Amino acid sequence: MSIVLFLLPIALLLGLAGLAAFFWALRNGQFDDPEGAASRILIDDEDEEDER
Amino acid sequence: MTALEPAPEFQTCVLAVPSMHCAGCMSKIERGLGTLEGVADARVNLSSRMVTVSHDATIDDRDLVEALAGIGFEAQPRKKAAEKPPSAVRPLLAPLAVAAFAAMNVMLLSVSVWSGAEGSTRELFHWITALIALPAIGFAGRPFFNSAWGAVRKGTTNMDVPISLGVIIASGLSLYEVIVGGEHAWFDGALMLLTFLLAGRVLDAMMRDKAASGVEALVSQAARGAQVVSDDGSTRYVESADLQPGMVMRIAAGERLAADGEIISGTSNFDQSLLTGESAPITLAVGKQALAGTLNLSAPVEVRVSHTGHDTTLAEIARLMEASTQNRSRYVRIADRAARLYAPAVHSLAALTVVGWLVAGASVYEALVIGVAVLIITCPCALGLAVPVAQVVASGALMRAGIMVKDGSALERMATIDRVLLDKTGTLTLGKPQPDADVVASLSEDEAAVAPALASHSRHPLSKAVATVLSGKTPAALTNVTERPGEGVFAEWNGQQVALRRPEGGGKTAVLLQMGGAAPRTIPFSDELRPDAAEALERLQRAGIECSLISGDTQSAVDDVALETGLAAQAEVRPADKQAMVAELREEGRQVLMVGDGLNDGPALAAANASMAPGSASDVGLQAADMVFVQDSLLAVPRAVIASRRTMSVVRQNFALAILYNMFAVPLAIAGLVTPLIAAIAMSGSSLVVVANSLRLARAAK
Repeated sequence: MSIVLFLLPIALLLGLAGLAAFFWALRNGQFDDPEGAASRILIDDEDEEDER
Repeated sequence: MTALEPAPEFQTCVLAVPSMHCAGCMSKIERGLGTLEGVADARVNLSSRMVTVSHDATIDDRDLVEALAGIGFEAQPRKKAAEKPPSAVRPLLAPLAVAAFAAMNVMLLSVSVWSGAEGSTRELFHWITALIALPAIGFAGRPFFNSAWGAVRKGTTNMDVPISLGVIIASGLSLYEVIVGGEHAWFDGALMLLTFLLAGRVLDAMMRDKAASGVEALVSQAARGAQVVSDDGSTRYVESADLQPGMVMRIAAGERLAADGEIISGTSNFDQSLLTGESAPITLAVGKQALAGTLNLSAPVEVRVSHTGHDTTLAEIARLMEASTQNRSRYVRIADRAARLYAPAVHSLAALTVVGWLVAGASVYEALVIGVAVLIITCPCALGLAVPVAQVVASGALMRAGIMVKDGSALERMATIDRVLLDKTGTLTLGKPQPDADVVASLSEDEAAVAPALASHSRHPLSKAVATVLSGKTPAALTNVTERPGEGVFAEWNGQQVALRRPEGGGKTAVLLQMGGAAPRTIPFSDELRPDAAEALERLQRAGIECSLISGDTQSAVDDVALETGLAAQAEVRPADKQAMVAELREEGRQVLMVGDGLNDGPALAAANASMAPGSASDVGLQAADMVFVQDSLLAVPRAVIASRRTMSVVRQNFALAILYNMFAVPLAIAGLVTPLIAAIAMSGSSLVVVANSLRLARAAK
């Protein structure tokens, strides 16, 4: 039964870490442009090489 | 990108680019601006159709707008005063995250209890769940508690009242059970309920944010300024908010006036259709008043500003609109109407249950626990989702079809429509004069080659239209091209004098094509009907909706369109009369949809049961309308009406499903057989059914 005493705090801490990460992302502007983020993946970056 | 010199001072500016819509546009804009001299960085926000550019002092907003025009995007610098509207989603995201986190963890512990944890283990688990759940419920439940408290204080009830009561009572009972070491704790159910409902609200808010930012991009595009001439003859660009009476604006052909004023030099034709609905341009000379929002068609003029902002023409319209808007705010949303029946029914049922068990000889504690179980199981999880989820899915479908829905109640009101009033200029028609197709087709080879060549040398709207229509032809090689403002474009071609010029005298919009000594050809211009107008009207009629035309334009212009579409029409209607007509129809018990774009339609848009405007509408039109359609096709109107009707039938089905669920669950609860496990399964099951049913609306706008 004592294993529960370790597992419970660990599970809660992991969950809290996820919650904190979400709040950080929210404050960091990660949810400002969901549509743009979805589209950006389609943009090729390859032709930027000739700039160098 | 490797700048070694000391970093120069950068400033940022935000541009609205309403026409971008895909990854291709994003990369074109970001690369196009990024390579510009003086630009450090350009970042697109596709959700709000804005570009944020950081640049140094060598470059300003106007250069950026020109650069964007060069790569094919119309852009407008955002007004500095206009702050980003507060997002409806953001304040709900944190409660949702907390509720979801707490619900998952509590559920984890609850499962152990359900699968047979006993004695001290169960007590420990219950205490931990209480520790997680109580603060989480306090934080995540606030949106509901606040709204419910507001309703109760006003002596009414809404969907949040039974929700808040259910959640609070469930938490209170559970806490008591935990303290006395009882068998059942309901924290998981309460948290799950909050999570589901918050998810529904977040979706609902997302829909409103999306429409708001879409409309805002269109509105800020229309906000303009003017080139102001100073005493020493130099000009500078002044934004419309900073214009002062007494300033002299120089208005080039093709520009809109940013303020009312008196013409002090030049004569030109003006298109007042946005203000009055009248499509034929009027000629104004020195000493005449020109109104803000009118389009200068032919020659540059100088205008001394007399009134700015919302002083004159707008004042009357604004006053009319304010009165109408109050009228609409009295509409009660369907969810709240349902709650008015539901909340008293459920609460008296719970009370009766307690009384019944007491009469049957149960102890006060037992009777209360069972009564609370009734409240918890009837807590309107599915009912709370029934409306928002259906509306969100439908408005997402409409958004993909180019129709922005401002809020959910617009769908509810749109569904009841049985009468449509359409404005003419810019709504039923495109509002952009096009050269007469028959005349263009009858042009000789030479004429068809010379006309676009001449037209390409002018930025006048009529020239642009000629150039577009004849863009398939190879333009002739011209020499000695001159554009004389207010007169036309003149040139030589094969030793002949050729010209594309303004006809003498006023009357209908037209251009003259002069080829050497031959008699000039007149190319008349007319305002074309929107594509699919006939089919759109037919679909509306098939849906049992009567349509008619109501316009501020002259009788003859309206008659042409009325004949073409077969609609009953009323011409020369002033803004206040349009509003009065809407009011009169509503008195008769008709549910009126107003479709219009101009300032003159604003009061009628606000007075109607529901309203739509095209994306090209005036600011006032865009703000007053419930829905804005950004495509040219008029099919958007029947699409919106039919999608709304389908949405409401799904909403009613959802209500039926929620009631069906209650018919099974409530007897169990009254009999005292409901455990937290059964409550959890029943609640999530019914919610999923409702969501799944709503997803059928994803294709509603087809």
